[in-house]
Amino acid sequence: MFGDYSLGDLGSIFVMQGFAGLILFSVYVLMALGLAIIFGQMGVINMAHGEFMILGAYVTWMTSNLFQTYLPSLFSGYFFLAMILAFVASGALGMLVEWVLIRHLYKRPLDTLLATWGLSLILQQAFRSVFGAREVGVDLPQWMLGSLHVSDSIEVPINGVFVMCLTVLITVGVAYVMYKSRWGRQVRAVVQNRIMAGAVGINTEKVDRYTYGLGCGIAGVAGSAFTMIGSTGPTSGQLYIVDTFLVVVFGGAASLLGTIASAFSISQTQSTLEFFMSGSMAKVLTLLAVVGILMLRPQGLFALKVRK
Amino acid sequence: MSDEPNKGLLSPLRRKLLMGMAALPAITMLPKASFAQAPATSAVNTTGLAVTDTEVTVGILHSATGTMAISETGSIEAEKLAIEQINAMGGVLGRKIKFIQEDGASDWPTFAEKAKKLLVNDKVAAIMGCWTSASRKAVLPVVEQYNGMLYYPTFYEGLEQSKNVIYTGQEATQQILAGLNWIAKEKGAKSFFFVGSDYIWPRTSNKIARKHVENVLKGKVVGEEYYPLGNTQFNSVINKIKLTKPDVIFTDVVGGSNVAFYKQLKAAGIDLSKQALLTISVTEDEIDGIGGENIAGAYACMKYFQSLDNPNNKTFVPAFKKMWGEKTVIGDVTQAAYLGPWLWKLTVEKAGSFDVDKIAAASPGVEFKGAPEGYVRIHENHHLWSKTRVGRAKLDGQFELIFETADLVEPDPFPKGYQ
Repeated sequence: MFGDYSLGDLGSIFVMQGFAGLILFSVYVLMALGLAIIFGQMGVINMAHGEFMILGAYVTWMTSNLFQTYLPSLFSGYFFLAMILAFVASGALGMLVEWVLIRHLYKRPLDTLLATWGLSLILQQAFRSVFGAREVGVDLPQWMLGSLHVSDSIEVPINGVFVMCLTVLITVGVAYVMYKSRWGRQVRAVVQNRIMAGAVGINTEKVDRYTYGLGCGIAGVAGSAFTMIGSTGPTSGQLYIVDTFLVVVFGGAASLLGTIASAFSISQTQSTLEFFMSGSMAKVLTLLAVVGILMLRPQGLFALKVRK
Repeated sequence: MSDEPNKGLLSPLRRKLLMGMAALPAITMLPKASFAQAPATSAVNTTGLAVTDTEVTVGILHSATGTMAISETGSIEAEKLAIEQINAMGGVLGRKIKFIQEDGASDWPTFAEKAKKLLVNDKVAAIMGCWTSASRKAVLPVVEQYNGMLYYPTFYEGLEQSKNVIYTGQEATQQILAGLNWIAKEKGAKSFFFVGSDYIWPRTSNKIARKHVENVLKGKVVGEEYYPLGNTQFNSVINKIKLTKPDVIFTDVVGGSNVAFYKQLKAAGIDLSKQALLTISVTEDEIDGIGGENIAGAYACMKYFQSLDNPNNKTFVPAFKKMWGEKTVIGDVTQAAYLGPWLWKLTVEKAGSFDVDKIAAASPGVEFKGAPEGYVRIHENHHLWSKTRVGRAKLDGQFELIFETADLVEPDPFPKGYQ
């Protein structure tokens, strides 16, 4: 298939395809990070993850409208504020949900699947009632549109670079919080043994609430960032949920490093295959590969030794 | 007998009669149209439909919840507007239209169940409804079994025809061929790259488009790619487009994927003012989500645009906005949904009956001169004769009409040489 093209063409396509893979990788990591915390660390099967992302997207849309109406001169920088607000909104809703719903289910982790699935339906209908059934278009400042012109045939999407930087930033932040801070140690202690952690004086309820809130907040930021590349509508969250679980489960539920490794391998397989065959076939083969590997390694790529 | 005039008449009945007489002057004050030619119910309704002396009931069956609510909301709005306008003009055969709205909830078995409920329990005279082909396929056996009448608004892949369905949208050849001809002639296009969502409509449409490009236009299809519904990452296919440098990108990507596709196309530096792109899946409704700046310059092949400059459309658009808000936009399917109640009304009046069999038989040849898209007429095969138009997307989310066929295009749901 390459016979017809010049060497220069091919070179630049490989560079761009490399970028496409990296962008897909960042997108996967960003959408999976929140779930890696909630599902990986807390064991809650959060089917409403996509809806927390879309809440972030709607917050971004509202912020953009506010800036356009009241502060048009500051519009070029609104996105940063929007991401913070998205984090706060999704995080706060997450904490509320934890208090009302999730905390009663820690002893019955499988039931969280049903409960959060119901929650996702409720949130979808709430979005539909509040914002309307139609999709909304989020206006972006001019500097975030278009591409960086590297050479005549190599162009790098600015929004892709933005998502990559954001992913690195948030991943480093989460890794620091989970593995270096006092609070992260408490989280891991609670996950490993709730009763014992309580006995040594950790306020397990508070830790649970903040952990769930953090996971949802990160989902909100991801949703905010994805307004650049995807759609914002009441059911858009459903577009992400399958890939998100795939990444987290494949990586090994309790491991942050596993999530990153799995996002990397899935995204690279997917984008390489997509280049040689149609998108649907690429997806099928990627899923087959994942299923095959999970049959050999049910615990995922990276699994911590956990006490049973 | 005349000695005791009132003895045999019970007093409540007498009171009723008196009241009726007292009300007589009021009746003459009602609009003439509503009583002028209202024929007896027994004559116009021989099959037990929900028709009374003053009312006739129809069903509206769309998804008001679930994924498809995004698309179907416009159709619901258009049908309600049409019904309100028809009622304001005196209704159908002197009867006001009452509607029962059911929610298909984006779930195909639910559509079938609700259709059955509308036909069997509510005895509706017609159903305005369905949007996706999947929902229509689920409802079709129901309307055929219980002999209902379905007015289906969406442009679709063709390969179907039923006595019990009137297709007010375009079938595939009506939508695609004229647009391809135009772009081949106007842009000298020889090479085409197809991108679609992976289900029946894009695949059938692209099959027809490919045959047309290869056999009629003598061009070449340099790529044909499908992505699963809901896919949000298109960077790989965009790279392939860059590599093959097609004259035209031809797209039928739908739903949330649509938004992702155009945003990423723009981000990858593909300038739609230089790269020709022809889509059959983006209307004003979709641009709301995509954002005008991401798609400005692209060509869409439809039969209706909100910006059409004709007298019918100039009254339709303000009426729609007055009922549903200044910010709502009207896409191709919304307009086609608006045709449903009108075509049904005209057909009932032509047939002089609400009976489904008589309506099905009377449908061919029914013309609607007040259609926002211009004149339409029902074909023998229950599809519409309509024009094909090409519009160019502008920054404000509206289309600028670039081309329209001189004559109405004949619907051809089973195109020879294209299967």
